Amino acid sequence: MRITVTVDGTSYTDDVEPRTLLVHHLRERLGKVGTVVGCDTSNCGACTVHLDGHSVKSCSVLAVQADGCEVTTIEGLARDGELHPVQKAFHENHALQCGFCTPGMIMQSIDLLADNPDPDEQAVREGLEGNLCRCTGYQNIVRAVRDAAHEMRPGAGPEAERLASDTASHVGAGGE
Amino acid sequence: MTSTIEPEVGKSRRRKEDERLITGRTRWTDNLTLPGMLHLAVLRSPFAHAKIVSIDVTEAKSAPGVVAVFTGKDLDPEGAIGMPCAWPITPDMKSPRRPILASDTVNFAGEGVAVVVARTSAEAHDALEMIDVDYDELPVVLGLENALAEGAPLVHEDLATNRNAFWVFDSADAGTGSSVEDAISNSEVVLKRRFRQQRLVPAFMEPRACVVDPTGNQLVMWSATQVPHILKTMTAATLGLPEHKVRVIAPDVGGGFGGKIAVLPEEMMSTLIAQRLGKPVKWTESRSETMVAAHHGRDQIQDITITANRDGTVTGLKVELLADMGAYLGLVGPGVPILGAFMFNAIYKFPAYHFACTNVFTNTTLTDAYRGAGRPEATFGIERMMDELAVELGMDPMEIREKNWIKHEEFPFTTVAGLTYDSGNYEAATAKAKELFDYDGLRREQKERRESGDPVQLGIGISTFTEMCGLAPSRVLGSLDYAAGGWEHAEIRVLPTGKIEVITGASAHGQGHETAWSQIVADKLGVPFEDIEVIHGDTQSSHKGLDTYGSRSLVVGGIAVVKAADKVLAKAKPIAAHLMECAEDDLEFSAGKFSVKGTDSSTSIQDIAWAVFSAHNLPDGVEPSLDSSDTFDPENFSFPHGTHLCAAEVDTETGRVRLRSYVCVDDVGVAVNPLIVEGQVHGGLAQGIAQALFEEAVHDEGGTLTTGTFADYLLPSAADLPSFTTDRTETPSTTNPLGAKGVGEAGTIASTPAVVNAVIDAVRHFGVNDIEMPLTPMRVWHAIQHGSAAAGGLGSEAGGGLGSIDATGGAQ
Repeated sequence: MRITVTVDGTSYTDDVEPRTLLVHHLRERLGKVGTVVGCDTSNCGACTVHLDGHSVKSCSVLAVQADGCEVTTIEGLARDGELHPVQKAFHENHALQCGFCTPGMIMQSIDLLADNPDPDEQAVREGLEGNLCRCTGYQNIVRAVRDAAHEMRPGAGPEAERLASDTASHVGAGGE
Repeated sequence: MTSTIEPEVGKSRRRKEDERLITGRTRWTDNLTLPGMLHLAVLRSPFAHAKIVSIDVTEAKSAPGVVAVFTGKDLDPEGAIGMPCAWPITPDMKSPRRPILASDTVNFAGEGVAVVVARTSAEAHDALEMIDVDYDELPVVLGLENALAEGAPLVHEDLATNRNAFWVFDSADAGTGSSVEDAISNSEVVLKRRFRQQRLVPAFMEPRACVVDPTGNQLVMWSATQVPHILKTMTAATLGLPEHKVRVIAPDVGGGFGGKIAVLPEEMMSTLIAQRLGKPVKWTESRSETMVAAHHGRDQIQDITITANRDGTVTGLKVELLADMGAYLGLVGPGVPILGAFMFNAIYKFPAYHFACTNVFTNTTLTDAYRGAGRPEATFGIERMMDELAVELGMDPMEIREKNWIKHEEFPFTTVAGLTYDSGNYEAATAKAKELFDYDGLRREQKERRESGDPVQLGIGISTFTEMCGLAPSRVLGSLDYAAGGWEHAEIRVLPTGKIEVITGASAHGQGHETAWSQIVADKLGVPFEDIEVIHGDTQSSHKGLDTYGSRSLVVGGIAVVKAADKVLAKAKPIAAHLMECAEDDLEFSAGKFSVKGTDSSTSIQDIAWAVFSAHNLPDGVEPSLDSSDTFDPENFSFPHGTHLCAAEVDTETGRVRLRSYVCVDDVGVAVNPLIVEGQVHGGLAQGIAQALFEEAVHDEGGTLTTGTFADYLLPSAADLPSFTTDRTETPSTTNPLGAKGVGEAGTIASTPAVVNAVIDAVRHFGVNDIEMPLTPMRVWHAIQHGSAAAGGLGSEAGGGLGSIDATGGAQ
């Protein structure tokens, strides 16, 4: 089947097998290897991307379902060389070690913050329940997400506000 | 000139590694695509024990995209020795040959029997279903005691036994202490317990993968491995290849935890197939394959006897272990329980000690190193026993530890197991932990809840622990019959522009070597942190090394870096004297500059680097290079320690456990990067807590792993864990120039007994003195309803067929 997907701002048209998963399409056809595969049961969340602004596990979406959609991966997150506040917060808080779960964690965290811009610790923990990490014990990830929320809130500075509103509008784009 | 540069060592530097990892610009093995690359998929046995009658690959061979199909007989080249085991713990250890693919008999469910090579991974996997294997099922043996029972089915008929090896240490024989049998006869209290260490899956997040490129002069293998250097040597040895024709690259590696220490049959088959077809090949496993085919950890039964006087002084410790090796021997698998032999006596002054271990074969996935390797098992055993002894004697569990541990002023202290602990301060770590935890306040609350019959009971768990890190001392490893040494290598290259390349043999997979090594070199050479590039994980650039495991990277590899930096300075000094036309004795070095004492004349390492490169004006006989390399092989292990305190709330109506607070104070010696130390502790805690509460690899009666995916194997998520309170004391190691002790395994080692002790403490008044791990709500609820005996009876559901609780203790 022929599909057209916009990934990180670039439009790609390809013939794909109907069974091809979005994650395999991204990795193997489009070379977007920043998104990784950690399991085959949709439990680990390592492959999380944004599909029309909402986080999805790209191993549980068929490539053909993404036809006509916009996909944002970890590789498309930084704008004009500037890291997203969540990326920055992961670095600042040492929220990664081996880093394999990190792309998925960051993508999920951004979606979580779009839903709830000021989550308490429990809300972050529950919001990240579908993403597994074996290195960090999650504590610094939770701290990073809450720090990013703080950075992105109104009044945190023009650049942070622009990114926050970008994130919100981006996440909202797919809509109901 | 005095330095105003802030030291890097000790600073919580944000990691250099992060930039590529948070932007997705990483080099995972599975990211790699080479021209003409073919894909492998492995067909795995569904049976735990069966004869292979026939394999028909005809249909698979003609499937779309398939290039070739190989079975075991095709991949058993002349000169190949079978998969290696590097730790023959006794001269008579039974070492079954493990082929690359099973060709006659499969011995565990998940063992490879055929491999398809196709143009795409999907085509290769499609074709697997077209292979027709005719199996003749054989009786399956599971569970340690079952395997040793008379008349038990044999995993390997030719070995005539399921007993792999028997290893023993006795303090009376070794001259390190007195006789345990005497202690058992003469002590006022003799307490016996049986504990089970359930089988775990290391569960690194990146599945294993390798890419082999046979084109060019050297065969190049990229692999998601912890041990590129060992893999290189073992690939050559296993396949009979010249070692200089093999290059192994471990690019970014997504976690290991001991689980990527193995040399894999899949790496060997990829190599052979790439050579035969003359094309690059890639093998990447699915998570379900990882669960059955990557090695498992733990899986022991521990029978422990502790003897003591009524005043609480311990008099002896006897440990008898059964350890499940699985169907074959892993690279270091037989040695894992042996590492525990040195740690069961922990921080306590036992006058008598006996340790005996029987390694056993069963029809299961092999076991091998898993975070802590032998030491978590030992620490669990002793820390549970100290609690049980305290209860027996009517003492506070903290009091019995304080009574028996090595006091600060007694270091260095040689233990009954023959190790010399160089430094430690258990009092300081414990005092700090108790204060952060509010030990006395929580004890009061516990009493109130118990008296009021609160449905949610509170328990306090203690684990005061030490471990042995820095797996080197090569001579010690040799005395334990380990095949290799444990030294580590480092090289420092000062480039013409004054930038520095540091090459380390310690290959990282998430530990932050690039950052920590940069901090060390920045201080030593007085160059900016940013000017240092750390290179690891490629046997060509980092041509010597013994890799990363056992919390050895910093305390062995880091010291090699220190030594190499010292050599750079030694090379630079005569050049600096020559350039400044002074005597070497007139020079002092500080903050990256050689200065002539009493003058403002100075030259930096960067200036010297250019002078050396241009070589226009060097002293006679000096080579035009500041490059240096060195190795480090420590005299002794290092011994991090700490006090971990856990408060657990147990809902007595549902059995649910909630960790209310977890406080740990670890002493890892000097922390090069406290941020990294803290992160390692957090991750370790999560893994140890997961063993206590969540994780278990379970086989059904036929030997099928019923916890073969992340849907069944309960890896905790963020929602399952609390935040931890971590702190440190800092008692430098005296056996290395950094004073570092290692940290990677500490959290895992200490936390499992802390959590289990807390849960049992919460429900002990219901007659519970043990619950088998993991402490699921069902098990905890059963224990509360029926006391320990019923809880122990659940052991049989876990596949081992064990009555796990043998609470035969008590005063004699």
